[in-house]
Amino acid sequence: MQRLKQLYDWLDNRTGFKEHLREVLFETVPGGARWRYVWGSTLTFTLMIQFITGIFLWMGYSASGQTSWESVYYIQEHMTGGHFLRGLHHWTAQVMTVLLVLHLMQVVIDGAYKAPREINFWFGIILLQLVLALSLTGYLLPWDQKGYWATKVATDIMGSTPIIGETMKQLVLGGADYGHHTLTRFFALHAGVLPLAVIGLTVGHIYLFRRHGLTPKKPLKKADEYFWPEQVLKDAVACLAVLVTILVLHFAFNGAHLDAPADPSSAYPARPDWYFLFLFQFLKYFPGHWEVLGAVVLPGIAMTLIFLMPIIGKSERGHQFNVGLLFGILAFAGILTFVAVKADRNNPTYIASKEQAAREAAIVKELAKGGIPPEGALALLQGPKLFAQHCASCHTHGDENGLGNPVEKPSAPDLKGFASREYLTELLHPERFGSAKFFGNTAHAKKSKMHDFLQDEFDGIDDDKDLRADMDLLIKAISAEAKLASQSKLDLEDHEAIQKGRELFDEIGCTDCHALGGWNADDYSAPDLTGYGSREWMLGIVDDPAHERFYGKKNDRMPAFGKDEKLTRRQMERIVDWLRGE
Amino acid sequence: MTNENENHSKEDQPDRRQFIKGASCVIGAAIGAVPMAAGVRVALSPLADKEAAEGGAMIRLADLADLKPGVPKKFAIVADKSDKWTRYKDVPVGAVYLVKQKEGEENPVVAFNTVCPHLGCFVDYRKEKQDFFCPCHDSNFALDGKLKNGVSPRGMDTLDVELRNTTEVWVKFQRFKANSKNKIAIS
Repeated sequence: MQRLKQLYDWLDNRTGFKEHLREVLFETVPGGARWRYVWGSTLTFTLMIQFITGIFLWMGYSASGQTSWESVYYIQEHMTGGHFLRGLHHWTAQVMTVLLVLHLMQVVIDGAYKAPREINFWFGIILLQLVLALSLTGYLLPWDQKGYWATKVATDIMGSTPIIGETMKQLVLGGADYGHHTLTRFFALHAGVLPLAVIGLTVGHIYLFRRHGLTPKKPLKKADEYFWPEQVLKDAVACLAVLVTILVLHFAFNGAHLDAPADPSSAYPARPDWYFLFLFQFLKYFPGHWEVLGAVVLPGIAMTLIFLMPIIGKSERGHQFNVGLLFGILAFAGILTFVAVKADRNNPTYIASKEQAAREAAIVKELAKGGIPPEGALALLQGPKLFAQHCASCHTHGDENGLGNPVEKPSAPDLKGFASREYLTELLHPERFGSAKFFGNTAHAKKSKMHDFLQDEFDGIDDDKDLRADMDLLIKAISAEAKLASQSKLDLEDHEAIQKGRELFDEIGCTDCHALGGWNADDYSAPDLTGYGSREWMLGIVDDPAHERFYGKKNDRMPAFGKDEKLTRRQMERIVDWLRGE
Repeated sequence: MTNENENHSKEDQPDRRQFIKGASCVIGAAIGAVPMAAGVRVALSPLADKEAAEGGAMIRLADLADLKPGVPKKFAIVADKSDKWTRYKDVPVGAVYLVKQKEGEENPVVAFNTVCPHLGCFVDYRKEKQDFFCPCHDSNFALDGKLKNGVSPRGMDTLDVELRNTTEVWVKFQRFKANSKNKIAIS
């Protein structure tokens, strides 16, 4: 203890910090500590949380069209504690917006903007706008559907400002379109320019606050007190309550949401974050060229009036007007927000789009577990999207269309896990081959040679161990042709069984119709199973299923996607890679 | 600072005041610790990354006929690579020198990782001096990888080589811990 005191004195001797500390702690609180004075401190506290969590998030974030979503996904799903860190940052931002409004209400109701505190009020209003700008810029950074579309709307509003709009929009976006520089600019604003401005103004705000002291609520209830420790405790408890609220929100909503990666080709219902929802709703009442009135002019007038509050509020009447104006704006915003939320809740199209977006987000996160290609996570979704668009009118993928929606009348085999051992175990079962899941709705169904062959050779496979063992060898051999990444280890371990399976393939007569490896290479009447399920084989069958290597003239309705130029090579690769789990 | 008011503190309740002071400090520290701890936990998460130290698969690099006895030749290692969220296919991950040995030697080809075991600079082959030379801290190595002179704690790192089908040179690419006396594989 003695040592600590010595160190304390040594430091004070060199820095004089004791005096400053005293100045901070022993500021007079007229009428004693009160709960109503805590709002400024809670805001400073949330600001501190945002700086700390923001800097740590910065360590994992990478701003570009191909890495923003991906790095946020990685922070969220793969870094220890990343989910909590991002949740904390996100929910603190939400709570901060509420605290800002409460702080503003308190200041206006108590008339704390009146002389000589006008400048401090203006600092506060600018701070309010800076924090909203932080929210707006931060919303885009994950580069997910939600952020992308909302920012598009926000920047288009900016673009509709008369005269300077387009120029400003282009400057903000870093070009004519959304891309790398939109992200780098938003990030520089969000993590550099705006926080610096906030720090500067907050220092000024607190300095001016200290200079003029707080505005006591009359009548004073108690004698004056120092800030320390009574008011400090009240502030600390209030901050604790704020933190608990943030934590409850984080756990109740399972952290911060991350939608599927930004996709300009998808129908996504753009909505701003809840605190801008009223402005969004407001715009609906201003058609055509009146829009600028709702987007820029009226909000601008409201902001100007708020800015002029210290001058308007010089008289008691003026003060009453200010209080009325603030409550009016808040009530109006509240009603608009309510209308907007209610409209969305009763809009089946909106609900369906949101559900679809949630499904796509889940799909892409699942696919991203296997690693994301350098072109970005959006590429991962192209496989299922193209499948849903071009293949799922006939095929299914695990009973759905690849994007989590049912396929109305599937008429071709399910392709989930195609060519894997599990897939073949089911496909080559005598009872299952002709089922609706596989060839049941095609010309290769019950009357086909393949169906008869399975019935003849493998009837009773479920009870006959020898038959089962033979079939397992065949399956291993055929499945190994696919060279599936997910099975590479198994294929390597089972190379003897695979060799036996190949021999059996010939022995039991598969080669009467099919080819495999060297067997029956020149004379086959059913699909050539050499390389069955491999990337090259699958691209081949998508390209032209009626090629003699596949179904030849027996092809049943499957279009030649490549040959007939229905899909590009790249699109076919995306579908095939996705089906193969690559 | 104003403290003209005499009625500031409640010195008549020292216990209560002590409690308020203590509670303020405890709550203040606790609420500050939450965001800080959340951040530090994420910042420390790379420590949990465990790289497998068994190296990648054998890679076919050259044919015996491509190499001249006693003359090092540099080959880039192109392999699949994972970097955090990204999965790359066929990108450069390092390089090796292959040195074909004279007839009758135990190993027909020796492979060296091209980085200096000192601090990881790229080591050059100097034809005129017949050695490997690190341009950073001037260590130089004989063509058999042994340290000739300089500050490197060990000779150049050899890699596993296999000769398949009598002429194909296959190498297992690995990285080793820098600046340690022993050769410890880190990937």
